[in-house]
Amino acid sequence: MSSMETSNLTGRTFRKMFAEGKRFDGRGLNDFRAIEVTYNVSNKAEGSARVKVGKTDVAVGIKLEIGTPYPDSPDKGNIMVSGDLLPIASPRFETGPPKFNAIELPRLVDRAIRESGMLDLHKLVITPGEKVWTVIIDVYPLNDDGNLVDVATLAAVAALKTAKLPALKENGKIDYHAKPTGPLPLSSETYPITLTFYKLGESIFLDPTREEEEACDSRVALGLSKWNGKYMINSCQKGGETPFTKAELEKMMDLLPGKFDEINERLKKFL
Amino acid sequence: MKNTINEAQELGDSAESPSIEETVKKRRVVIPGEVIVSGEDYLPGDGARRVGADVLACKFGLAEEAGRVVKVLALTGAFVPRRNNVVIGRVTNITFNGWVVDIDAAQSGFLPIDESPRFINKNEMDQFLAIGDVIVAKIWSVNVRGVDLSLKSKGLGKIEGGFIFRVIPNRVPRIIGKEGSMITLIKDKTGCDITVGQNGWIWIQGPTTDAEIKARRAIEFIADKAYITGLTEKMEEWFTQN
Amino acid sequence: MAEFKRPSGRGMTEIRKMSAKVGVIPNADGSAMFSFGDTIAIAAVYGPRLLHPQHMQDPSTAILRVNYDLLSFSVYERKKPGPSRRSQEISKVTEWALLPVLDLKEFPNTVIDVQVYILQADAGTRTAGINAASLALAHAGIPMKNLVTSISVGKQDKNIVVDLDKDEEDYEEGEGATDFPIAKVANSDEYTLLQLDGKIEPSEVKKALTIADEACEKVYEVQKRALKEVVEQ
Repeated sequence: MSSMETSNLTGRTFRKMFAEGKRFDGRGLNDFRAIEVTYNVSNKAEGSARVKVGKTDVAVGIKLEIGTPYPDSPDKGNIMVSGDLLPIASPRFETGPPKFNAIELPRLVDRAIRESGMLDLHKLVITPGEKVWTVIIDVYPLNDDGNLVDVATLAAVAALKTAKLPALKENGKIDYHAKPTGPLPLSSETYPITLTFYKLGESIFLDPTREEEEACDSRVALGLSKWNGKYMINSCQKGGETPFTKAELEKMMDLLPGKFDEINERLKKFL
Repeated sequence: MKNTINEAQELGDSAESPSIEETVKKRRVVIPGEVIVSGEDYLPGDGARRVGADVLACKFGLAEEAGRVVKVLALTGAFVPRRNNVVIGRVTNITFNGWVVDIDAAQSGFLPIDESPRFINKNEMDQFLAIGDVIVAKIWSVNVRGVDLSLKSKGLGKIEGGFIFRVIPNRVPRIIGKEGSMITLIKDKTGCDITVGQNGWIWIQGPTTDAEIKARRAIEFIADKAYITGLTEKMEEWFTQN
Repeated sequence: MAEFKRPSGRGMTEIRKMSAKVGVIPNADGSAMFSFGDTIAIAAVYGPRLLHPQHMQDPSTAILRVNYDLLSFSVYERKKPGPSRRSQEISKVTEWALLPVLDLKEFPNTVIDVQVYILQADAGTRTAGINAASLALAHAGIPMKNLVTSISVGKQDKNIVVDLDKDEEDYEEGEGATDFPIAKVANSDEYTLLQLDGKIEPSEVKKALTIADEACEKVYEVQKRALKEVVEQ
């Protein structure tokens, strides 16, 4: 597949098109591509899901391990998000030490999920101060056609929604062959999501394809959840050097609630 | 720029034969190792080999009989540069005697200063072509060191406006069509200038954004449907609906 | 002696349900999925493409580079991300299994990367991986003499069986379990992968190979259909 990144030539065309509110695939600037969720892609995981948004495809698996609590939070379980930009997913990804993008992706997913509070860590304690569940969320893009962070968060949350707590043997080890004891302690009815706004020229838009993403000046990833009818921003990270203006940020804030509800609505049919 | 199409079509070794719409019906999908035909009369062409009395496929693709020659046209895969291919590439480096050009192939392209269309002073190379510039070039030699490019023909040179995008390189012959019929249809319907590189990269520039979007979507429609017969009619139909 | 029944309930030469599909990774030059029951392998081919560093280039041919690994959640005990000795060995034997059918002289100084990942593991991951990789290489239009087909034969106690799942691999009665994964050039008598762990008599190897040959023909039919479907859909 293509080794050539989006050229400045094409970037200028995007700039002009976006200013007119147009995209090659006919979407509006804030439209997501088609979303497809497949649950239980690995029966060896405690929960798993694969989410496709357009041609971007991310698989996430949840593994539970028995760990010790952090000294400053003896009454809480742990979350760990890891993952890698596997070379299967793009001609740009290579084997070897992780590049910054590969480090940042799981961190952004981690913060969106952790800070949303969807997982009740207090209920992940086995023996207070001694033994707790560690929820490991492994994020693997299988095909990168842009907007990996938003898609990875969707897949991670979908996997968490179906994850089960495994039974324990008498010796305290996990019994993988016994019936799981129940779902993870989730406190959210909705899906926390990330919405990453991308900026090119004067235009702000969502869910870029890879060629659109490569043409962008900068982006801001926002973790979002909803509690008792209220929308909450739980995490934020600006990427890229071009600044965002106050007017642009205000516009994003106005878009968030509608977008949150729309995406949650679209996810319903897969549950 | 417009002449490039004809050149790509005439010179590209995988350009379609005139009877494409008829012969396509005789084509069938073959997998590596499969017997395509038996008989001493047949000659194995590209993607085929002889074992005893049989001609076998050594590629996955569409088997085609053209007279006695049996060949296999690949459907997917990376671009493999051939002499005389017209390609679209991007300048990635400037050396003392030429430009290194990414042509989205396993070897990078090199455009020697002597192959520019006019005399270029060695101190002013980046004024003619800077890093990041996009060019239409012709391959004049493929060797173990790499792919040598030239701009010394009509329709070749730096691209100044519009945009480029990629399709699977094997689909290029269908996009061009019989004697350029398909691409001419798309140009006529959209009013866009279009150059199709054999490496799957395509340049479009049109009078309006909508025309450019339509031209790209038409080309992607063909690239997706490259296997089916009667594509020209399907394309005409597409334009009545879009 | 009571008649032996496989723990899975399958017949002695019965392969798990197979499925295959090509074109699963749109970014790749060629890609495929292949599964034996609960074992799911996906493979993507990138290339021929530029090989760095330059000193690794071979002016007479393209180089084949296979990378096999388990996704961390494909197994019960989470697999730590990154290559292990096991995955490096399987990557290498997969390369050796595939190379005999490939004709890479057309692409000097380049590399063809084959990425094989296991999404869900229930034994037979290398054989599923080789079947997927062989399909992905064909899908990428790489010149090849034939497809490579792969299956695991083995023994449970003294009984020769085909396509062992994880429970069967862990069989402990009598002589226990023997796992004998093989790959071969389709429709030929050339074996390109040979590995074995367990206990098997020389005469039994002959019998096992005959059983493997028949199983490989079935694998081949599944692979063939997957490739033909690309166009017939």
